[in-house]
Amino acid sequence: MTYIPNTDADRQAMMEAIGIGSVEELLTVIPTGVRLDGPLDLPPALSELELHDTMGEMAARNGSADRMASFVGGGMYDHFVPSAVGHLAGRSEFLTSYTPYQPEVSQGTLQGIYEFQTMICELTGLDVANASMYDGASATAEAALLARSATRRDRVLLAGGLHPHYVETVYTYAHGPGIEVETLPCTGGTLDPDRLASALSDDTACVIVQHPNFFGCLESIRDLERVVHAAGALLVMAVDPISLGVIESPGAYGADIAVGEGQSMGNHVSYGGPALGFFAARDRFVRRMPGRIAGQTVDQENRRGFVLTLQAREQHIRRDKATSNICTSQQLNALMATIYLSLIGKEGLRQVAELCLHKSHYAAERIAELPGYELAFDRPFFKEFVVRTPAPPGEIVTRLAEEGLLTGIDLGRFPSLELENGLLIAVTERRTRAQIDRLVETLGRFS
Amino acid sequence: MNERIRRGHTLSEPLVFELSSPGRRGVSLPEPDVPARPLAAYLPAGDMRDVPPELPEVSEVDVVRHYTRLSTLNYHPDRAMYPLGSCTIKHNPKVNEDMAALPGFARLHPMQQDETCQGSLQLLYELSHYLAEIAGLDGVSLQPAAGAHGELTGLMIMRAYHENRGHARRKVIIPDSAHGTNPASVTLVGYETVQIPTNAHGLVDTGRLAELIDEETAAFMLTNPNTLGLFESEIRTIADIVHDAGALLYMDGANLNAVLGITRPGDMGFDVVHFNLHKTFSTPHGGGGPGAGPVGVRSDLVRFLPTPVPVKDGDTYRFDYNRPDSIGRVRSFGGSFGMMVRAYAYIRANGPDGLRQVSENAILNANYIMRRLEKHYPRTVLVHGAQKETPIPAEVPCQHEFVASGTRFREHGVRMLDIAKRLLDYGFYAPTIYFPLIVPEAAMVEPTETESKESIDQFIDAMTAIAEEVENDPELVRNAPHTTPVSRLDEARAAHPKTLNLRYRKPETE
Repeated sequence: MTYIPNTDADRQAMMEAIGIGSVEELLTVIPTGVRLDGPLDLPPALSELELHDTMGEMAARNGSADRMASFVGGGMYDHFVPSAVGHLAGRSEFLTSYTPYQPEVSQGTLQGIYEFQTMICELTGLDVANASMYDGASATAEAALLARSATRRDRVLLAGGLHPHYVETVYTYAHGPGIEVETLPCTGGTLDPDRLASALSDDTACVIVQHPNFFGCLESIRDLERVVHAAGALLVMAVDPISLGVIESPGAYGADIAVGEGQSMGNHVSYGGPALGFFAARDRFVRRMPGRIAGQTVDQENRRGFVLTLQAREQHIRRDKATSNICTSQQLNALMATIYLSLIGKEGLRQVAELCLHKSHYAAERIAELPGYELAFDRPFFKEFVVRTPAPPGEIVTRLAEEGLLTGIDLGRFPSLELENGLLIAVTERRTRAQIDRLVETLGRFS
Repeated sequence: MNERIRRGHTLSEPLVFELSSPGRRGVSLPEPDVPARPLAAYLPAGDMRDVPPELPEVSEVDVVRHYTRLSTLNYHPDRAMYPLGSCTIKHNPKVNEDMAALPGFARLHPMQQDETCQGSLQLLYELSHYLAEIAGLDGVSLQPAAGAHGELTGLMIMRAYHENRGHARRKVIIPDSAHGTNPASVTLVGYETVQIPTNAHGLVDTGRLAELIDEETAAFMLTNPNTLGLFESEIRTIADIVHDAGALLYMDGANLNAVLGITRPGDMGFDVVHFNLHKTFSTPHGGGGPGAGPVGVRSDLVRFLPTPVPVKDGDTYRFDYNRPDSIGRVRSFGGSFGMMVRAYAYIRANGPDGLRQVSENAILNANYIMRRLEKHYPRTVLVHGAQKETPIPAEVPCQHEFVASGTRFREHGVRMLDIAKRLLDYGFYAPTIYFPLIVPEAAMVEPTETESKESIDQFIDAMTAIAEEVENDPELVRNAPHTTPVSRLDEARAAHPKTLNLRYRKPETE
């Protein structure tokens, strides 16, 4: 299958027009010593029809949530995506265009960014937000970099309940610039404020806390906030945007920066990506923020319009002095989130969040009643919780997958958490009582 | 004219918040089918939100019309040519969208156990091998989320390599024609940028490189073909200079669309390369993301690749997490999987011969435009320290793109920015302008292989007509665009926190 429109005759006419006899004449600048002397070792071309069959078969070899009831979370969630999201975001005008370098013909994208930024500020209770980041983990790492540059301190503390992928990403980003990172272990599923107080020092740039954390638990944010700010450090919160329908906003808790994974807002899990990082901060940090930002302005006839702004922070202007090397945003994913939040609205977000609370608590209570099972932590949670299982969780997950249930995450896959027989279960608004009852019943077989 | 009349023509669309009307709903949700308790039964009072986020209250039809109208304000490559140099805005095959949307892919969770993800793991495993073959390298990580992210990852890998040999080194050399992400990424891994000037042929000055490089140099980052669209013919010499100094040679894969099946980064002597799946491999740009920026490396760097990597044991696939020398993770989960599905479909559809034709046609299209426009838009380069631009001779072919200079329009008071804006009136998107920095009044044109001769001829006609307008009616060009939904926008006015979102309020605490 070729996507090249020109025919041999077209190519001939073009070559004649520029006075060459073959394309080879344009390649003479490439020394023969580095030229490939045969075809690439790749499978032969497929027609569109064959492509459908081949890839359809690959997709069918997966056990995905369209065929199985999924209780898998851990940073990405099977929330409902209304039909209009895909239909609108799939329009060529949004899908195939690029960065709005020419704002006169990119107002659709630019206004979309502005609406997204406004919604993120509403959700997080903070002053400014950017057009989005690659994902929750890289947004978290960038928050650490911002905190370091804003405070001129070189040490970053991570709560042990921060998503293990986020923890690993912060360590990776911190290595080159020489930022010291320390992870503080949890006590009973959350970070103890006294433990944090003893770890803080006058060289601590920020403390990064996830809320609800990777185990689903709510942290004691108000106590942590007091301790962090008393030490002159910044509080960075990683949050679940759906939870913000019922749980206090980072801004109201006193956080300086809020980041998170936005996939839950109108995006499918898609085996982990493309993801959607969001980033919001107090306005005093705006000139240190990474990423694109759109702002409102007017055109020559005084009509409202939108442009990319504060670009003096960015790599194409500042080069080695830029606040970050990020050059794009997850624009289409952010647009899907914007459309999702528009459809679901103020009331709908609360309703989704409440359904998560009702269903996850129903599931947790029923599972905890099973002999041999118990909730790992006695902490309030939102839509996700850890249970201790009577059999190895990996074995349970594998066995139940054969029966069409995606039970959750075996926390034994994350040795750094040091949690034995922990199974992380997420329950979104999408799960029905019948599915939950079936989960409980099948888990009961391992009692 | 009042705003309501304008709205009918979609020239001005309100913000979605301005459409809000209390009580409207865009989607309905089921009632709870489990016992529903008051929220206080679940959450402590101190953690409950008192003030709900002010999201819009709109119906589905409001949302559909709003975003449909907004979409019509965008220019896009499904409409016409998008000659944005260095960005490779090629046609995005529709079948790729259908493949990425297959529920088996779209609704597969990254935290599922590998045994329920065999189809996706196979795709990742095969794609990483295809990319390694295309690059002539030995190992690939699919994890980085974008080109700049791939670049950062590549630099981290090079740093790990040097640290592993006992000395991290300090500097990275880049040409003065480099993308801005190159120096920004260098800083992020704790290295310093050393800039090397481009010579009068628009190429790396190998003598200067040999002088600059030393035992503190970790790497030389290069794009080939370079950002002027010229092939670095002395690439083997460059590689030898770099390797003799114990440094590594990094290829910014932004211009990979020029070399598919013709030459390979590994064969040229590059040790590390990042791919832009959203450029070369046709995944849609989405208005500025998502992309995907896999990284390929030579054999002795494979152990430093990010964790995890897809591997095959017998007939089964799994993610390998046991990689003690890895730089670690650069993001959550496995990468921009949806983009990888599209890139995989693209490579399978093209096959080896098809990919070579992609590059050959991209090169022919670019040279055809370059030669036909050279009278009005000559290629030049301003060598560091020189007073005057040096012309690039017509007989030197460009590769998949070329950079023209518009300094000759200055005498009419017209800048390349004006020409770019005027091109919008002719129904085309503008080339990349003012990049690379070594060409004054630069316009970087990249047609890609998916433009037909007819559409290219229309573009050439438009560019020619504008050059004539500059002579006859420069005011018309200076005030362009005239036909777009908005005219030129006041950029300075947007640069304040209060213009960055609708709800800005000065925090009371300050």
